Order: sequence, then C-alpha cells, then structure tokens
Amino acid sequence: MSSWIPLWLHKLGSPPTFYRFAGTLRPWAMGLALLLGAIALYGGLVLAPADYQQGDAYRIIFIHVPSAWMSMFIYAVMGVASFIALVWRIKLAEVVAMESAPIGAAFTFITLVTGSLWGKPMWGTWWTWDARLTSELVLLFLYLGVIGLYHAFEDRRQGARAAAFLAIIGIINVPIVHFSVNWWNTLHQGSTVNIFGKSKMSWDMLWPLLTMMLATKFYYVASLFNRVRTDLLALEGGKDWVRKIAEDEAKS
Amino acid sequence: MSALQAFFAMGGYAIYVWPAYALFFIVLIADTIAPGVRRRRVLRELRARLARQSVRQNRNSPAPPSP
Repeated sequence: MSSWIPLWLHKLGSPPTFYRFAGTLRPWAMGLALLLGAIALYGGLVLAPADYQQGDAYRIIFIHVPSAWMSMFIYAVMGVASFIALVWRIKLAEVVAMESAPIGAAFTFITLVTGSLWGKPMWGTWWTWDARLTSELVLLFLYLGVIGLYHAFEDRRQGARAAAFLAIIGIINVPIVHFSVNWWNTLHQGSTVNIFGKSKMSWDMLWPLLTMMLATKFYYVASLFNRVRTDLLALEGGKDWVRKIAEDEAKS
Repeated sequence: MSALQAFFAMGGYAIYVWPAYALFFIVLIADTIAPGVRRRRVLRELRARLARQSVRQNRNSPAPPSP
C-alpha cells in the first residue's frame, strides 16, 4: 500500500480493527439519529404550519425528501467504495459497498412509496412516468441488481467485484435523478432546498427538513456499521478474532 | 375538535400522511433488526463448525492427520 495513506487509516482497513471501531461508534450514531429524528418529527408534524396550498399533506416532505437525498447519497458512497474495491482490492471497501446497497434500496423504496402517497392527493395519481419518478425507480432497480448480482456468485468476493462493477456503471443515474426536474418538463416539482442559494421554503419548515436529513445520515452510519460488522464476521469466519467472538458470545 | 384530534386528522390528509410515516419507520426498523438476526445465525453456524472440527481432531488425535 502506498505511503501517502496514513497509518491509522491503513489499520482501520483491517477487519478486526474496523469491527471494534464500528462497534464503539454505532450506538452514538444511532443515538444521534433517534434524537435528531425525534426533534425533526416534532418540528415537522407539530410546530411547522400547514402549507397554504397543500394543507397538511405537505408534511410527507419531512420523510420523503430526506429519504430521496439518502437514496442518492448512499449510491454515491456505494460507487466510491466499489471503485476503491475494484482498484485496490480492499476487503473492507467491498463490504462497505455491498452492505450499503440494502440500506440504499430501503431509502429508495421509502422515497417511491411516500412520493406515491403524496402524489395521490396533490396530483391525483399514484404514479406517472415522468423523468424524476422513472429515474428514481431505475435507481431502485440498480440497487436490487447490485444486491442480486452479489448473491448470485458462490464466491462472495467474486460476487462483490461483479456487483461493484455494476454499481460503478449505474452511478450515471444519480445525476440524472438529481437534474431530471431541470432537464425535462416534469410533474414533480423542482428543488425547494438550495445549498448555495436561498431556499424557497420558510425557516419553520426548513429546519425540521434539514434536521431529518442529518438524522438519516447518522442512521445510515449506524445501519452500515451494524451490517458491515455482521458481514465481516461471516467473511472472516476462519480467523481467530471471529472464533473468539463466537466463543465469548456463547458464554454470555 | 380538540387539538389532538386535529393533529391526527392532518387537515383531512390523515390517510396519506400517517401511512407514509408508518412505512418509513417499519422499513427502517426492519433494516435495523435484520443484521442482528443474521449475526446470531453466522455465529451459531461458526460454533457448530468449530465443534465438529474439535470432535474430528479428538477422534484423530492418536493417529497422524488424515491425508
């Protein structure tokens, strides 16, 4: 491994070290996710006023939009981890990429169903083949494809490499999802929240949304660590450190 | 209508808002539980494998390792 990678990062890439590291951080990430999530729900469902056009139906935004952001963010993480896994053959990168896929699929599924539940009263339809909805559906299929390909191989590491390749090709869809509302004339509204400019949303609606975005980020960290730890145990079953954990857990 | 009733009514959109929130939590709770179930299974299978190995080793211990 090249010398420009700091030693601590190099060590963190080793499965037993990462297993302990993730085990220490996971409860904190989950705690923050629950705390921020509770604050965001209170702000979004109770404190924020009803929308002047959409009434209370708009409150679906507080889960729909953060889930949609996570569906793209997790795909980006999966793509980067897949690239690292293919180029440097780092086992941890493979595991991070493959264990991100189910979480990303979960958020994409939430995005599609909550969007449908929001679309029915506002647009009068559960589903329409407009660019934003279709590209988000393609994103779900990409996640499912990565999961399916990963499990289609007898050798898990071979499966991870094949699925990582698909994940990298599929990353082209992420900017399509993001810019679809600008590139095509869609039924789906354009972005309301703007990172670099002024958001088209009042502060008492915006802060619960941003808080929920943070909560879902921490949730992803907690869920990813949980999954990576389990996957490392499965992958490294023959190693001493895993045997020790198996024996220790049998005693308790 | 009391404040609490008004809250649950969601301005008439209750049948859309609450299922959306319910789904959000059900999916994420399932996502949190799943790795724990798999973890217990992985460790149980590993312990079973180790137990089989130690039985085989004890049986073979006087003789040299099988070819």
